[in-house]
Amino acid sequence: MTNENRHIAFICSKGTLDMAYPALVMGWAALGNGIDVTIFFTFWGLDLINNERVDHLELAPVANTSMKMTMMGVKTGNLGIPNALGVLPGMTAFATKLMKDKMEQLQVPPVREYLQMLVDGGAKLYACKMSVDMMGLSTADFVEGVDSVVTASDFMDMTDGAQIIFI
Amino acid sequence: MATRTIAGKTVQVNDEGFLTDSTEWTKEIAAEIAAEEGIGELTSAHWQVLDFARAYGDGKSPTLRQITGGAGLSTKDLFALFPKGPAKKVARIAGLGKPEGCV
Repeated sequence: MTNENRHIAFICSKGTLDMAYPALVMGWAALGNGIDVTIFFTFWGLDLINNERVDHLELAPVANTSMKMTMMGVKTGNLGIPNALGVLPGMTAFATKLMKDKMEQLQVPPVREYLQMLVDGGAKLYACKMSVDMMGLSTADFVEGVDSVVTASDFMDMTDGAQIIFI
Repeated sequence: MATRTIAGKTVQVNDEGFLTDSTEWTKEIAAEIAAEEGIGELTSAHWQVLDFARAYGDGKSPTLRQITGGAGLSTKDLFALFPKGPAKKVARIAGLGKPEGCV
């Protein structure tokens, strides 16, 4: 046991811009510390590895109680962005741009580049078979570095002994 | 504060084995820690990374992305030079603290 390397597996089930980053940041930290990393993309999480979608992930202010007016530079303390305002055309694009600008300031790479870094650092990426079938996708739709399409059972086998984080 | 003798020199280290005073670092210490980390002999490619890390400033460690960008090498090469945990290994060999950034 002591000779076995620590292994962390992430299950990415969300396709929004904010939920793309947790696995990328933690996975990168894990690789930097010599921990094996496996990432399994399922359901909406497939957007993160979909060539057509990865550069267009978004963040919606509607029903997001953590998004406050202050984030848009309006000093109103805890006042949230009203849902009625969030449904206006362009609000999702606006919130998305806000987050992307912030990430760029902090020198956080875009999702596509981050995934490539993880692959180059030795992380293994897999797509969930059921979700791939349901959405009519194939391996040709995915960014470079996605190992293969695997079943839930395969995932269980390949993460034997790993710590699993569901996002 | 714990001390350790590395390559014939007594230096201060923390409980994770990082040098706490980066000015105590020498190239001989780097070579010995690299051997301990299973990296073997340090080549000019290793030194390209270590020199950048040392010059980064204030005894602080650059993050992996700052290293690839700043020292001008690919992520793949960095992981090949310092396998199984380049963030910690570069910091330890360069006599710096643990990297504080996340990317």
